[in-house]
Parts: sequence; structure tokens; C-alpha cells
Amino acid sequence: MRRRQFLVLSAASLGGVLVYSLDRRVSRLLAQDKPVQTLRIPLRFFTESEALIVAAAASRIFPTDDSGPGAREAGVVIYIDRQLAGPYGRDRYRYTGAPFDENASREFGYQGKATPSETYREGLKDLKGFDRLTPEEQDKRLQQIESSHLFALLRQNTIEGMFCDPVHGGNADMVGWQLVGFPGARMSNYADFDKHYGEAFRPKPISLEQVLGRKVRPSEDEDQK
Amino acid sequence: MKTLPSTDVVIIGGGWTGLLMAKELGARTSVSVVILERGGPRNLQAYSADMDELDYFIRMHMMQDPSQETLTLRHNSNDRALPIRQFGAFLPGSGVGGTGEHWGGMCPRLQPDCFELYSKTVARYGAKRLPEDHSFQDWGITYDEVEPYYTRAEQMVGVTGKAGNLRGQKIDGGNIFEGWRSTEYPNPPTKIPYLSSEFRKATKSLGYHPYPAPAAILSQTYTNPDGITRAACAFCGFCERTGCMIGAKAQPTNTLLPLVQKHKSVSIRPGCTVRRIVHDAAQGSGKARGVSYIDASGEEVFQPADLVILSSWTLSNNRLLLLSGAGTPYDPATGKGTLGKNLTHQVSFPAATIFFDKPLNRFMGAGGIGIRMSDFDGDVFDHSNLPFLRGGVLGATMQGTQPISTFGVLPRSIKARWGAEWKKASIDYFDRTGAITFAGEQIPHKGNCMDLDPTYKDHAGDPLLRLTQNWRDNERKMVEFMTAKAVEIAHVMEVKEINPFPGYGDYDVTRYQSTHVQGGTIMATSPERGVVSPYLQHWQIPNLFVLGASTFPNSGSANPTPTILALTYRTADALVERYLKKPEVLA
Repeated sequence: MRRRQFLVLSAASLGGVLVYSLDRRVSRLLAQDKPVQTLRIPLRFFTESEALIVAAAASRIFPTDDSGPGAREAGVVIYIDRQLAGPYGRDRYRYTGAPFDENASREFGYQGKATPSETYREGLKDLKGFDRLTPEEQDKRLQQIESSHLFALLRQNTIEGMFCDPVHGGNADMVGWQLVGFPGARMSNYADFDKHYGEAFRPKPISLEQVLGRKVRPSEDEDQK
Repeated sequence: MKTLPSTDVVIIGGGWTGLLMAKELGARTSVSVVILERGGPRNLQAYSADMDELDYFIRMHMMQDPSQETLTLRHNSNDRALPIRQFGAFLPGSGVGGTGEHWGGMCPRLQPDCFELYSKTVARYGAKRLPEDHSFQDWGITYDEVEPYYTRAEQMVGVTGKAGNLRGQKIDGGNIFEGWRSTEYPNPPTKIPYLSSEFRKATKSLGYHPYPAPAAILSQTYTNPDGITRAACAFCGFCERTGCMIGAKAQPTNTLLPLVQKHKSVSIRPGCTVRRIVHDAAQGSGKARGVSYIDASGEEVFQPADLVILSSWTLSNNRLLLLSGAGTPYDPATGKGTLGKNLTHQVSFPAATIFFDKPLNRFMGAGGIGIRMSDFDGDVFDHSNLPFLRGGVLGATMQGTQPISTFGVLPRSIKARWGAEWKKASIDYFDRTGAITFAGEQIPHKGNCMDLDPTYKDHAGDPLLRLTQNWRDNERKMVEFMTAKAVEIAHVMEVKEINPFPGYGDYDVTRYQSTHVQGGTIMATSPERGVVSPYLQHWQIPNLFVLGASTFPNSGSANPTPTILALTYRTADALVERYLKKPEVLA
């Protein structure tokens, strides 16, 4: 087994500090709570250099800018790392019988052989040093691979990491939900359904664990000790 | 192979039809019934944990696991089929309750002429109007005969809605184009959201006839004739693709299972995958002796039974009959044979994606809640000068929107698909995007059919079912026509931008269409034309009955569940009142 790798990030880069607790929950500490300068996030699948590339790419797909927080604040790279280490990463949910057809037309969906974890591992080899490019250079590089299967996964997984329930490691502090006004695991809208016609109704987001009042073990943790 | 003690009845599949049949047999007879369900048991108390878009909507944890068994698809019989590696166009279920646990609850009846598609079409337009490759035929049963059973089905699930045709009397505000109803819906319509209210205003102003979509989603606390009480919907928005945590959406587990479990004569065995229906009908006709299945511990066993009820999902019904050699496989080249014939998939697409100035609060909703119009349904409008036959329903419903699935739907004027411009626009439009959707008929074509795939296998080594399916001229022309109608309505709704549907290319397994796949084990009044009789009795194996939409000779625009339930009630009556007393061919 490979030595556990860590993603080391500066606290400032996250707009507050994401703390990765021993029970694998992500939470955010504000600077005044704890003067942490950097944090070490244990990685399940990526090497540190792969994680830096994925974090940088996700930040170009879903940037942090005037329109609000992005992949960096949501912890998208942490989400993707956990997914790739879990059943999704090894294609637990896909029919993988041969023969494969890499050139099948679009209407048949992805017909290749590579699992998501293999697609990332192989594809990231071609993106060495990506995280050290300027944002403009990074955009150019991503444009070059826009039609690749890796990019399709990166884009889809970034959206997932922005808006999944925080139990999956992304959408930290529900920043993604706040961005679009999605209230999360809200059990009842009975009184409000036919009100607020044409006006924004924005209940405070609530996560699955908050609603249930207990820990939830997400599917990607099923084979984690 | 171990042989188990014999049972009177074995039911394959514990979804809507299997559990309904078990409920009827349990309540009205003393026969012993074994239900074999390939998926696991379900815990209704745990459904609140489904409020997780990633695991339930994206990874689809309630659905059939494609890594174990899927289907293959080709667009025409000259192509090589490829496996559907991840479900997309339709979503088969697995587990007690089946697909009925994660359906949307939309509950319309079929248009009356759907049961007599061939005769009614020929009577109005002449045989020359039928497309060259059509496979139209009548069901051998009429709407009038099914009506009482529709009423029973609607009362069982507690459909909400407003009648538009009570015994021929047209009623404003209901669907005046629906088939006659003997009674009002069991429950009044639910509240409706802003989008649907705007759609109602616009369609009314254009002279159309909007009405509340009938849905098996309660608007008030309701006790059904079986004594089952369920609560009103809270519009949480976690509906289609998940189970309902409060039971407002009718599901087999909250309307049928509690009753089935009361009867000592009925037992359910989850985790049991049936591999074959064992019969001696290799030459012509004969009898089923039982079924062989792999039990929850992985052992293959034989369950003898006097009566076999096949009640799995549409495509699983087809596959099991093909694997079991129970029926004559259909050959599209010669038109001979019946098993696998007339595969149809309800046409369903966002005819106009519409972008508003105002927010829609679309996280609130439930499957099938909203407003529809049937002015272009079935044959209620004249097709004499149109380039297609049949039609469907336009509507604006709000099932509750999840962010991963819908973030990034943008007006066509915005080209970016990632980066700052895309992000900003996607946030701006996130809650201002709605759709006028269309659900319509795919007419039966000779070339759209099913057989066993020669290449791809399931985890147990059995061949997968192969679909030969594509959209034809009739669907493509209909889609164009309905898209134009939707755009016309959208203009009246004063939306900011409209994305008209781009049209049908080839059948696409990645885009969700609906889970309303039909046909293959179709009913007909003779064994030359169908696999089962209108009583759903297998023509060659009279102690085998097949339930579900696999018995529909053609698609309706209507979602199939109410019709499936109605026909199951009809078969249950025939079994209880006649067959069990004297097992013979029902006529």
C-alpha cells in the first residue's frame, strides 16, 4: 500500500479554514477561531501533486470570483478524491462487460473501458505542472482537452462537489447551496408551495445530518476503515 | 438443484402488479402465494435518508444495478448492439415495491381509442394513412370494459385531480378530452406552483383547456377502500428517484405491502432472482411447472407452483420469457412470432425550456404536480392534414429541482460551458428556468422489438435483452409540431428567453425520457398476434399470466401505471372468480 499522501493548502486560499477532522467531516473554522496557517488534508486516492492539479482545474471550471465562492471554498478536490477512492471510482455502478467501443456514437453514452479512477490517473499525467501555470495559461490548457473524457468527468464531478450534501466532502458549509438558493434536505414546504409567486423564497439551507440528527455514512465510505 | 415444497401460486416480482395480485389473492382466497423479489426489502422509515441528490439522483441507489444486469441497444437490425452501461433514458427499479417506489406518481388514464388503435385510426383516416412499417393492432379489450378497474386503481392509490368528463358530461377546469369517468377523482387537486399557474393562464388565454395533472400524490389525508391511511404531500422535492418518507406518494410498500403481510398464506422472499420459468411447452403448448431461482444465499433452487404470475418490470418480463423459451420469438423480417414485438417508449421531452425574469422557487414540488393540457392528445385533434398520427400532452409541472442535475441549463445565447461567464449565468438562471414538457405516443413500428443479445451477458452468464429501437418519421414530425405549440405558449408566458427542443435524432440512452417502456409480451385476441390474451393469460402456457406494461400493444401518451393496475385488478377478478375454481383458458 502506498504511503498516505496529504494535500497541504494555505488557510488563506480557502477563505477561512477547512478542518478535516478524524471522523472525515469537513468543517470551517474562521481565522479568529484558530490561527492556522496551513492544513494537511489526508488523501484517499490522489497523490499530493495530482490533488493540486485537480484543485486548480476545478477552480478554473468553477472559479472563485465576484459572482461568489467556487470549487476552492466548497472543497471540490476533497469530494473528488473520496469519490475516486470509493465505489464510483472503480465503476461499481457501471456495466463493465466486454467488448468496449471507444468510438461509439454519443447516444450510447461512455462506452470506454477505463474506470473514473483510471481516467483521472492516466489523464493527469498529461497535466503535470498545471497548478503552477497562470490562470490564463490554465484556461488555454483546459480548452485543449475540452473534448476529452477526463474533462467531461472533471466538469461533472466539479458540479457534484459544489452542490452535493456536505456529507460527501464537497459543498463545505453549504456554500454551493447558498450560492443558488437551494435549501438542501428540507422536509416540508407545505405552507409555502403556492405562496411567494414570482418572489424568491430562500429558507436557510440544512444538511442531511442536521435534519436527521445523526451521522450518515455516505456510500463512498463503505470500504473505508 | 434443490426442490422446495410446492406452492399454489408463485409471483415473480414484488412491485405494483405483483403485490396487487398478492393482496387480492390473499384477501379473497386461501391459496398459498410466494412472491420472489430480486432486490432487497425496504425500510420506509429510512426513506428520509434519501434526501441526498448525489447517491439517489446521480448514482441512483434505488435503481436496478447495471453492473449486474443491463440491456443492450441498437438503432436498427443491421447494427451491432452496445450495452446500456449506465441507465439514463429509463430507470428500472429493484427491491420490494420495484419502480413504484421511485416513480413520480403521474396518474392519467389512457385515451379510450388507445385500446383500439388500429380500428379507430383506420375508421377515421383509412388504412392508407398507416405508416408503411406500422404495427398497429387492437388490444381486444375496450376502454368501457376497463373503466370500472381504473376507478378501483385510482381509489386504491388516492389519485388527486379534477374530472373533465363525468359519464359524458364535460366539466370546465377538468380534462374535457379524457375518457368518461364513472366518478370524480378520489381527492381534489393539490396546490400548484407559480410556473404551473403561469402556464394555466397562458394556455387559457390561447383557448386551450388546462387542468390539474392527475397524480397519486395526496392533497389531503386519505383513507382508501382497503383501510390504508396516508398523509398529504409536503412538496419536499425529493420525489421521483426516491421513496416518499411520509407516504404521501402512493407506493406499493405503503398501499399494498401492509395488507399483503397480514396474510399467512402469502410470503415474500427478497433477494431472489428468477432465472427460468420451467415449463413443458417446448412444442406448442403445455404447462408451467414452477420457477428456478437464485436465492438470497446464492443457491439455485426450484420452486414448483400450479400457477405462475410474471409481474416484473416491462423489459424483465420480456427477458425472462425469452430465456425460458416461453413463447415464439418475434422476427421483424418476416413479421412471424410475437414475443418481443411492438416495443414502444413514451415520447417525452422538454418542448420549450423557458427562462424567466422572476424566481420560481423550484426546489418545492412533487412528481407530477402541476397543470397540463390535452388539446393535442391522441386523436382529439384532426390529423387529416398533418404529417403524423397521434399526439400527447403538454404541461408545466414542478417535481422539485435538485442542483447537481440542473445547474448549468442556460439560454442558447450563452455558449460558455465552464469558467467565470458560465458560472455567473448558471447562478443567475438557476431558479429562473422552467419547462413546458411534452409526453406523447410512440406508435408501434415493425422494426422496434426485442430479443436476446448474442454478445453481452449478465453476472450469472445469461444473455442480456437486446432492444432494437429508434425514433421514426412519425415521432420526429410530432416532436416538431409539439415544440412549435410549446413555443407559442411560452411567448404568451412573457418569458425572457426560450430554448425550443432541438428535435429527435437517434434514440439516446443518456437523456432521461421516462420509465414508460412498453410492449413485447403484448395482448391480443389470438396467439398469432399476441403473447397473452386480454386476460393476460399466456396463449401457449395457460397457467402463466403476465402483468404490466409489457402487455400493451402500443404506447399511450398517458403514463402506464394506472392502466397496469386496472388490468391487474381485472385479471385478479378473473383468477378469483373463475380460473382458480376451474383452471382453463379464460375467454
